[in-house]
Amino acid sequence: MGISSLLVTNITVLVSGLAAFALIVTLIFVLASRAKVTTQEWLRYLVFLGPAALLLLVGLIGPAIRTLYLSFMNASGEEFVGFDNYVWAFARPEILLVLRNTLIWVIVAPLFSTLLGLIIAYLTDRMRGGAWVKSLIFMPMAISFVGAGIIWRFVYSFQPSESKPDIGLLSAISKGLGFDPPNWLLEAPLNTFLLIAVMVWIQTGFAMVVLGAAMKAIPDEVVEASMLDGASQWKRFLRVTVPMIRSSIVVVLSTITIATLKVFDIVRTMTGGNFQTSVIANEMYTQAFRALNYGTGSALAIILFVGVLPIVAYNIRQLRLERTER
Amino acid sequence: MTDASTTKVSQRLRGRRRVKDALSSPIASFIAVVLALLWTIPTFGLFVTSFRQVEDINVSGWWTAFANPNFTLLNYNRVLFEGEGANPPLTQFFFNSFAITIPATIIPLTLAVFAAFALAWFDFKGRDFIFFTIFGLQVVPLQMSLIPLLQLFARGVEIGGVTVIPDLGITGTYIPIWIAHSMFAMPLAIFLLHNFLAQIPREIIEAARVDGTDWFQLFRMVVFPLSIPAIASFAIFQFLWVWNDLLVGLTFGGGERDIAPLTVRLAELSGTRGSDWELLTAGAFVSIVVPLIVFFALQRYFVRGLLAGSVKG
Repeated sequence: MGISSLLVTNITVLVSGLAAFALIVTLIFVLASRAKVTTQEWLRYLVFLGPAALLLLVGLIGPAIRTLYLSFMNASGEEFVGFDNYVWAFARPEILLVLRNTLIWVIVAPLFSTLLGLIIAYLTDRMRGGAWVKSLIFMPMAISFVGAGIIWRFVYSFQPSESKPDIGLLSAISKGLGFDPPNWLLEAPLNTFLLIAVMVWIQTGFAMVVLGAAMKAIPDEVVEASMLDGASQWKRFLRVTVPMIRSSIVVVLSTITIATLKVFDIVRTMTGGNFQTSVIANEMYTQAFRALNYGTGSALAIILFVGVLPIVAYNIRQLRLERTER
Repeated sequence: MTDASTTKVSQRLRGRRRVKDALSSPIASFIAVVLALLWTIPTFGLFVTSFRQVEDINVSGWWTAFANPNFTLLNYNRVLFEGEGANPPLTQFFFNSFAITIPATIIPLTLAVFAAFALAWFDFKGRDFIFFTIFGLQVVPLQMSLIPLLQLFARGVEIGGVTVIPDLGITGTYIPIWIAHSMFAMPLAIFLLHNFLAQIPREIIEAARVDGTDWFQLFRMVVFPLSIPAIASFAIFQFLWVWNDLLVGLTFGGGERDIAPLTVRLAELSGTRGSDWELLTAGAFVSIVVPLIVFFALQRYFVRGLLAGSVKG
């Protein structure tokens, strides 16, 4: 198919798809507004909550229940095996390594991303030309994990032959500093941290944008007052800025933690989970879609879910507090 | 915008400028600029490499390219326009990515605003339970939804031999990809939009209700216009997420070239031509151009959202 005809086809699909969606939504709203007040009492739940509920039930809740069910079944999902899959996960050294790696990821990536994002947001908050700095830091956020994988594989690329000059930036820098560069992505546990660096590189922009927005919402009067009090830059950061955007920090931390737990693209594209870099999300994919063992794959998914429950619980508690304040 | 609020905004801006002057320190600015450069170098290296000759790329670092400038557009010409049959040029995947991303941004956001509105302003039993469940659903790993969903799109759902949902006959089209993206976007979108909608002053909602406005008019005429900044901010993230997604496109596109997004093709190239840096670098840049344009073009929506947020404080 030629490029121009493909373009026409795609535009047609795009426009007709969106038009159909807009038409349905408008029609529902017009009809609902005409309904009797008593009908509207229940109709509003159907119209506003119905579509989202359907998507969540079919797309997430149903499959999640099925995952829990499958985690107690054998590889093909036909025979009940009790807790065998969980015992397997906590007994096999290679899976314990995966769990350890995941723990490192979940601690390091959100902490560094949020901290760097916070610092950069503060540095650029009132800076002339701060918009440019922010744009450059945010740029990785706009890049796909696939693209980021290619970018960083290039940075980490290793020159095996002694006589040829390096094409990888990291090797060149370490030689410049007098170190003999290792084959970066093969060296455990260094490689895990090199992969985490990619995640931090991406997520810092997200943290900065959200926290920067929160900082802008701090009233100038508060900042001016602290200036009049003679608070130093550092004190103002710790005593005024951070406490005032605390809830945003929590949102950022938990969002990045969740993203980190679920990420598998970086590991998949950069090492394929080899050389002791695998994480739960990647191992789960390998178990379920490569080894075709739905039992162990599902058990790993459940372990992931249990691991994240404390974050969810904490956030729910915060949410409850905010609601009672309102 | 009314005159009064315009004055208020300009007053705020003037105040800001005053504080800005007093607070900008040269050291802080310097650190920020250094960090920004550090952040940009890896991408810049790839960018430079994409304009270098194939022969140069593999025998010298990209940072040496400026000493002996020998740049070319050939790499872009190759990835964008060359190839046919089983190896179509990237231009095709570029169009596909658009056809996937725009509906997969608009549809979930619309439905999420509906749900966020209901959860923020309808008083009903079990509301908190539903909201917290949705919040918890953010962590359900995407991978485990793939098989049941694929089966649903391919042959419907049967429970105990009874057809609950029939075969929809939509495999090989964009529809499964749109729906899958909408499903996976829902928890975070509802959560974030709810946080925003819940901040609308109660008086506004109640005043409208007392006036006899029904819930549907209230949403259309009051809530939706108020939430446009929040929607725009989240739309940017959703757009980026879908445009950059690999897994959903790969799985629900079924590997069909007519509907596969750019990322699927790039990942394929990265696997099969992993050391052909001249192709990978140019291809990677083709894929990041659109997200960058979107970000810069919609940046003012961020600012508008910030102003809306600062009114509260």
